[in-house]
Order: sequence, then C-alpha cells, then structure tokens
Amino acid sequence: MIYSKSILRSIYYTLLQIRLCEESLIAPISNGEVKCPVHLCTGQEAVAAGVCAALSPTDYVFGNHRSHGHFLAHGGTIKELIAEVYCKETGCSRGRGGSMHLCKPATGMLGSAPIVAGTISLALGSALASAICQDKKVTVSFFGDGATGEGVLYESFNFAALKKLPIIFACENNLYSTHMSIRECRANGTIYKSGLPFSVPSFRVDGNDVLAVFAVAKKAALACRSGKGPVFIEFMTYRFRGHVGADDNVQGVHTDIRPKKEIAGWFKKDPIRRFERYLLNGVFGKAELLKIKEQVDAEINDAFNFALKSPCPQESDLGKYVFKK
Amino acid sequence: MSSKNKKRKLSYSLAINEALHQMMSKDKSVFLIGQGVKSPWYVGNTTRGLIAKFGENRVIDTPVSENAITGAAVGAAIAGMRSIVVHPRLDFMIYGFDPIINQAANWYYMNGGKASVPVVIWGIINRGGEQGAQHSQALHAMFAHVPGLKVVMPATPYDAKGLMIAAIEDNNPVVFIDDRWLYSLEEAVPRERYSISIGKGVIRRKGTDLTIAAISYMAHEACKAGEELEKLGISAEIIDLRSVKPLDKEIILDSVQKTGRLIVADVGWKTGGISAEIAALVAESPIVLKSPIKRITLPDIPAPANGNLEKCYYPNKNDIIIEAQKLLRNKK
Repeated sequence: MIYSKSILRSIYYTLLQIRLCEESLIAPISNGEVKCPVHLCTGQEAVAAGVCAALSPTDYVFGNHRSHGHFLAHGGTIKELIAEVYCKETGCSRGRGGSMHLCKPATGMLGSAPIVAGTISLALGSALASAICQDKKVTVSFFGDGATGEGVLYESFNFAALKKLPIIFACENNLYSTHMSIRECRANGTIYKSGLPFSVPSFRVDGNDVLAVFAVAKKAALACRSGKGPVFIEFMTYRFRGHVGADDNVQGVHTDIRPKKEIAGWFKKDPIRRFERYLLNGVFGKAELLKIKEQVDAEINDAFNFALKSPCPQESDLGKYVFKK
Repeated sequence: MSSKNKKRKLSYSLAINEALHQMMSKDKSVFLIGQGVKSPWYVGNTTRGLIAKFGENRVIDTPVSENAITGAAVGAAIAGMRSIVVHPRLDFMIYGFDPIINQAANWYYMNGGKASVPVVIWGIINRGGEQGAQHSQALHAMFAHVPGLKVVMPATPYDAKGLMIAAIEDNNPVVFIDDRWLYSLEEAVPRERYSISIGKGVIRRKGTDLTIAAISYMAHEACKAGEELEKLGISAEIIDLRSVKPLDKEIILDSVQKTGRLIVADVGWKTGGISAEIAALVAESPIVLKSPIKRITLPDIPAPANGNLEKCYYPNKNDIIIEAQKLLRNKK
C-alpha cells in the first residue's frame, strides 16, 4: 500500500502530539500540580491516530476514561486538552469535566466518560442518528478490553447489526482492566470473536502498527458508509504507564503488578519508533521528523503557558450548566 | 373554530398520541424508540398511527435491551436529535439508569455546557391487577434526586399533551412518567399544539382550611376527597404538582401560608420520597403551621400481587379524607 506524504506526515504529527502531550503531564502529575485523575495512553497512540486518520472531520467519536489520544486525533487541540486537565475555564469542558470528560462537538468529538462501557450505547445513538438522517457519518466507539465485561456492549452489537448502523466498535486491548490481567477477566483470549455471534464483522489488528490500524479503519468506515452496518475491531496494544497517573499509583503507591519482562517486551514494540523506522526508510529524512517534533514541542509549551495562566471557573458559576436554557 | 371543536374530548393516552404526532410533524429531529412502540399491549394507543405516518425509521421498536436503547436515545440527542425513549414499564427502565443518570443528567454540566441532551425518557407506571412487585413501581423520586434531570407527571389529558410537548421541546433530559390508570380519562383537549411550563403546578380546587399537594393519579383522589370534605365542612385547596422536578415551590408555600395545614399525596413510597421533599420544603420555610404535616404514600413495602393486599397497598381518597378530618379536628 502506498500512502501520500501528506497523510503520513499527518499521522506522524498526531502520534507525536499524543505521545509528547501525555509525557509532558508526568511531571505535573507527579508533583501534584495536576490533581484530577489522568489516564495516560502512552504506548497506545497508534490506535487513536490510525483510526481517526481514516475518518472524515465530521464523523463522530466517543471515548472513555483514557481519551486524550481520541480527543487530539479527532480535532481537539493540545491547548484545550491541557487546560481541561488543569480544570481551567479555558479547557474543552470549561474545567467542569477534567481529564475524563473531553468533548468538542464542532469536530465530532462527542465526548468521553469513565463509566466503563458507558459511552458504547451513546455511540450507538449517534450512529442511529446518522441512520435516521442518512447523513453518511460514521461513529467510532473507543473502549478498552475491560469494557467487554459489561453487558451493554453485547446489546449494542445486536442492535447495531440488526439496524445496520454505521458504527465502528474499537476495542483497545491493552491486556489490563485497571489492575487485572484480561486473562483473569475472560475465559478466552479472543475478544474480537465476540462480535461474530451478533453478525458483526470482526477483526483483530496489531494496534501498535499505525498503518495497519489506518488500513482496517478505512475499510471499516467504508463499510459503514455504504450501509453494510457495524464493524468490530480489536486492537492489540499496551499502555506504557499505569492505569491512572504516572505509574500504577492507585491509592498513592506503586502497584503496577505487570511483569517487568512483559513491559520491556512491549517497549520494543513502541508504535512511534516503529512508524519512524518506516518513515526514515525513504519517506522523510531525520531532519524533517525533527522539525515536526519541534513544532509539537512548541505547541505543548504554549499549551502549558496557556493553561497555567488561564482562570479557574468562578465560584459564582458553580451552578452554571446544570440545565440548558 | 366551532364550539364543537373547542370542546373536543380526548383520552389521556390519545392526548399523548396527539403530542407525538404534532411534534414529529413539526420537527424532523424528533424520533421515538423503545420496546413495544408497535404494540398496544405495551403502550396503549399512545403510538397509534405513528409508524404509518412517520415510518419505522423514526418510530423504532426494539429488542429487550433497555440499557443500550436508552443510551442510544441519549447518544442520538447528543448528536443533535430530539429523542424520545419509551419504557412501557417503569420497572424495566432501571436497566437504563447508567445512561439516564451517569450520562444524560451529567452530560451538559460535565462538558461545560458544550453539549446538551434533549431526550425524553418516558416511563409508564403500570400497576395493579395483581401484577406484583416488578410490574408496579413508581420511581419518580429516584430521578428527581439527580441534578440535571427534570421529572414531570401529568395527571390529566390536557397536561399529558402539554407536558409531552414541553418535554420534547426542552433542551435537557426530561423524565416523563405517566400511569396506565390515567389512560382512559377524558377531557377537553385543544387541537392545536401547546405546551405547559415544566416546574409549574396548578390549583385544582380553591380552599382555606388545608392544602393537599398531590402527584399524578393521587391528584384525582385528592379532588374526589376535596368534594367530600366540602360536604363535611372542610375547605381543601388541591394542588396538582404536574412536575416533581423542578418542584413548584411557590404554589405550595403560598397555599400553605394561607391554610396552615398540609397533606402530601404521592403515588410513590414514603421513605426518601417526594412527599418527604415537599414536607421538608414547608418545614424549612418560615410558615407557622396549625397542625403537623401528613404524608399519604405507598407504605415502604413492595407491591403485593394479591388483590386484597393491593386494596390496602394503594391509598385513595378515603385515606385523604381521614387524615384531613384528623388535622381539622381542632379547627377554630
């Protein structure tokens, strides 16, 4: 498959935005400057970047608790994200949501929420809206492997298949449901096959290979747009950080029970290094990649300055936004 | 309009049906989804003619998947539709608590006002007839507890139409709770589209000795009680609250200020119920009462199946009359 330089550049740019943004939060999380719970997606960037590159800018995306990547890949800016993580008035959710509630309806990023599997049915609804209006939009529902333990996923598979709704169920299998290995959560290791009994075409893809992610998402989006109904894709990936915070610091102590050897093995599969190797093999030179990195670094710098200078929501506005007038 | 048209009578269920027809004609973003929308057995005649007129694309019968279907209605609203999701039995709507409470109620706030959720979550109380505990529950207080939700409970055909239209037009999640016991009631209902302000109660009967604040079906029992009390020399002011969230505090406080006595008649349980909320509202006000507040509610007991037990379980006008007489024993 031959890709244009501009799409490759754009995917690389998104990957770096996500990676560098996530890693820039380590220090402020560790020193307590960032207080709201932050679920970093370092290591999983290729799923968000690859899937969203296959979407049109008006398509819909719903995320979960670990959605910085989804937000940035589908139209959100680093500025709005960092300001929201700092719970400032200038954040994408005006400081009322924090890291777990990222939303930008103008670009189709319809929202994210930490109730595990809670946004799957919402995504089913935006896909239903598209089916009713015949607007040819596609919805992507991002969720983790842990969400496959919730019944609403299977209700949603059934209804989406029954009504041929344009939805891509995108499971990011990072092998852990918070602290628990997915092997301890499921009797089988084949999440992607759970779509099949509902007649949902289902695939498993290497989620650390951004071009493979992009390719499968493009096919899925095309199927959705042409009225063929839902697609389920399981992306195999791994988070380099803990479930929440800089490491697995649930309750304030390091509790990452993942085997060191396993972690080291996945570091070798870093999706960004892997894509860089591909790009450096005749697409871009080192200098070009460095230039992109410098650009993202500058954006992040600006975003932190912006967030730190931004005002907090006013106390007098505590009750604002309960109801829309 | 001829006088005949003006007095056109409509049943409660057909008043809802007319509201749905009018709103679906007016606004293409309105759609109805839920289990049994094709089936009168489920939803009475509230959905009559909707599929024929608007098609199965906008009137969607569903498998039994309340969580996903309620979530889909919420998600469609986030994406710009005006969704109505119906639960023919309120009990089954409990499967949809996550999308209703975690998602719909919080969405506008937790996204800083960037995305609203114009969804109507319509639940039907379908009790009596020895149906037992899981086919009977009135759960309005649970929804009223949650910030970000509005809860309406029309008692009359006129209000059923006006509040359904208001609920669909509202930019926020509205829980619309009706009662199959009301479906055959008839009264004059205007043909034109109209709405009733959510959060506004109405005085059904003027009185001076005591206030009876009633909800849904109990508003009718309260009115019947009011007539009989009149014959006994007790003048009751009857308020039909129509909405339980927001509550029309003004209409309650103004009335109790005048009468000095309050009975609350609810269709739900006692503990932590709306009757407790209304009693607390009055207790916290500076009003000096002439007698203690009385609550007439379901006992804190699951709904029984046996018909004799049902008769003691569901309060009626007689319970109101007895309590009113007790309160007025020392009337001066």
